[in-house]
Amino acid sequence: MSRRIVGPFNRVEGDLEVQLEIQGDRVADAWVVSPLYRGYEQILQGKDPLDALVYVPRICGICSVAQSVASAQALAAVQGNTSPPNGELATNLILGGENVADHLTHFYLFFMPDFAREVYRNEPWFEMGEKRFKATRGSAAQDVLGPRAEFMHLQGLLAGKWPHSLAIQPGGTTRAIAADERSRLIALLFAFRGFLQRTLFGDTLESVIALGSAAALEQWQHAAPAESSDMRRFLHLADALQLQTLGRAADRFMSYGAYGSLFASGVWHDGQVTALDQAAISEDVSHSWMQMQAEPRHPFEGVTLPSAEFDNGYSWCKAPRLGGEVVEVGALARQVIDGHPLIRDLVAQSGGNVRNRVIARLLEIARVTVAMEQWAHALKPGEPFYQPSLIPDEAQGFGLIEAARGSLGHWIKVKNGRIFNYQIIAPTTWNFSPRDQQQQPGALELALRDAPVRDGERNPVAVQHIVRSFDPCMVCTVH
Amino acid sequence: MSRRHTLLWLQSGGCGGCSLSLFNAESPNLFTALESAGIDLLWHPSLSEESDEELQQIIARILNGEIQLDFFCLEGSVIQGPNGSGMFHRQAGSDRPMRDHISELAEKAQQVIAIGSCAAFGGMTAAGDNPTEACGLQYDGNTVGGLLGKTFRSLGNLPVINIAGCPIHPNWVLQTLMQLAMDDMTTASLDELNRPRNYTDHLVHHGCPRNEYYEFKASAEKHSDLGCMMEHLGCLGTQARADCNTRLWNGEGSCLRGGYACINCTAPQFEEPNHSFQNTPKIAGIPIGLPTDMPKAWFVALAALAKAATPSRLKENAVFDHIRVVPGKKADDK
Repeated sequence: MSRRIVGPFNRVEGDLEVQLEIQGDRVADAWVVSPLYRGYEQILQGKDPLDALVYVPRICGICSVAQSVASAQALAAVQGNTSPPNGELATNLILGGENVADHLTHFYLFFMPDFAREVYRNEPWFEMGEKRFKATRGSAAQDVLGPRAEFMHLQGLLAGKWPHSLAIQPGGTTRAIAADERSRLIALLFAFRGFLQRTLFGDTLESVIALGSAAALEQWQHAAPAESSDMRRFLHLADALQLQTLGRAADRFMSYGAYGSLFASGVWHDGQVTALDQAAISEDVSHSWMQMQAEPRHPFEGVTLPSAEFDNGYSWCKAPRLGGEVVEVGALARQVIDGHPLIRDLVAQSGGNVRNRVIARLLEIARVTVAMEQWAHALKPGEPFYQPSLIPDEAQGFGLIEAARGSLGHWIKVKNGRIFNYQIIAPTTWNFSPRDQQQQPGALELALRDAPVRDGERNPVAVQHIVRSFDPCMVCTVH
Repeated sequence: MSRRHTLLWLQSGGCGGCSLSLFNAESPNLFTALESAGIDLLWHPSLSEESDEELQQIIARILNGEIQLDFFCLEGSVIQGPNGSGMFHRQAGSDRPMRDHISELAEKAQQVIAIGSCAAFGGMTAAGDNPTEACGLQYDGNTVGGLLGKTFRSLGNLPVINIAGCPIHPNWVLQTLMQLAMDDMTTASLDELNRPRNYTDHLVHHGCPRNEYYEFKASAEKHSDLGCMMEHLGCLGTQARADCNTRLWNGEGSCLRGGYACINCTAPQFEEPNHSFQNTPKIAGIPIGLPTDMPKAWFVALAALAKAATPSRLKENAVFDHIRVVPGKKADDK
């Protein structure tokens, strides 16, 4: 038995360290460490509630809009405000645009480059992997930057800029779109669809969305050579490396639901979807570098007080639990809960794992892009995008949304017209949490158990795949 | 063709948003722009293959002089807390605070570049009571000093170059790097806060599409209104030093074009304006924080005159989210 400290991990957003206990050729146990603390929940105390819209996007440079939307939703609940239909559609477009761009960035820049590592040099597929996905030098990195940046023009039009926009407000968005601008959005989406169909999928978005089972996916994969698209390249590598056997966690999934009615909310376990109970969420700090508290707390009662003693924990991350249980969040969770037949079938066969998490993300790129086209068409130039309202002196509210990486919640309490308490639970806080007072490991800690270690590997490549399959965002985690 | 240059990019107390903004670079894209300037990426946290020990080795080879470090970019604030220990950001895989790695590398770099307002001045991470004791590389808010100290000069004999902004515009960074690679940057290229004058010789106000509303003091009253956002909605564009409305973001955008206030994010301590960001503080109905280089009495007099002369077209359009009255009609025949 030997203990190893692996880090810093790159191609994740922010700072991550993983401690591994290795037994023979397997990981026996793992501890996930967030070594950076930033203190946003402390910073927000006493502020004008609407100032949260300036602060919270800056928690995270990659899911900045998601933080805005969660905050705007919590503030709208505080106001009792609703958004006109245009405001909802524009918010969906801005958030959908960010989520799709994040999935794309994750796939091309963060996840795939690990298949071009030297450790795989003798694999029959290595040359394909290296030429296409080598970090910074592979053809894919060059191919994706342009279309990604052009797709971001949608943010320029609807949100002024990305990241760190103030366009999303409780009650709608600040930028009304005129008819000519709507056509521009539609044209940008059309161009982006073209890139996805040519390069990522090698097929229409509709054909990808229509894949109804694991068997249909397999048939689709072999209907064209691996080199015909990046998704097929990935599926080919996933087969060769048996990525469906890597990184299984508790197989209990949660989604807050996304984009109004597009993706359903709920909890999935043992093949059953049950309703989500927001009141059952709590955060435990028993293994965090936080000042001790007797019991886990619901975020409305949550406290964030870092401890400089470093004695009672191993991470700045708290441990959120749903009804005391560990849940996994992300695209796979969203798609299994929403009931997409391909993802349901894949999860029934092999659970949550490295391959299935990536497939769910790719499927979601297709599904959300198609939905974005519909939202853009549904915008009604000339009708309002925003409805004002006032913040009462005393109120509370929460916003539960889905960021690219999974469920994001903001809970706000207002007293005397100022922020009395503001608590945030980010997707990676769920996935990369430390142990809780019942000693239950977090989702990644669980997923790393039993990961294979190749001969002589100090930093096992399987661990790299498993960690990145969650698309972690550590800057959100340690807000 | 000039020689090639190396670049190391590290992150500390920040959000990573400046890197993500950098990936938005266009015409040409990020990799092509770096290649055009002969810049080799030694390591970047989101782009490089190397992880864990492989990075530690790159850093060790820079420190022992095996690799020359031309450009050292830091994104995010330097974290000094708790109690001056720096341990709110321990470098993963090591026992040391990130701060210590940063100061060692700065000593070895030809140029040290603060990417974004966090690395320049402390920025967002230093907001509120600054719970993490965050500061910038050579500034702590408005005060010169920061991590490296007032007298710090890089091996290339420049102070820390502060590419402030929250986030940075990709071309603020890329064009600075290109100029540095061409040896085309001196202290005269930097403003009083050591920001590249390429973008801080301008005001956000320049090129604002709401300029006519500003001229006639026809003001927006709520979000999504077309009018000028200075009087009521907290816009600091007339004071903020940046070229956001002439350079534009994500193709066609800027904060003001997006319908929300400029919060002066290139300035030290923008994160604590001492008033609500989206409301203009006023004394006796007059906004405080008027354009800095204009006598206040003149501004007030001109504003009163402009308000009296405001065309009804602007008055009306200012409080709607789309144009209701088109130009070209005479003042009294509406």
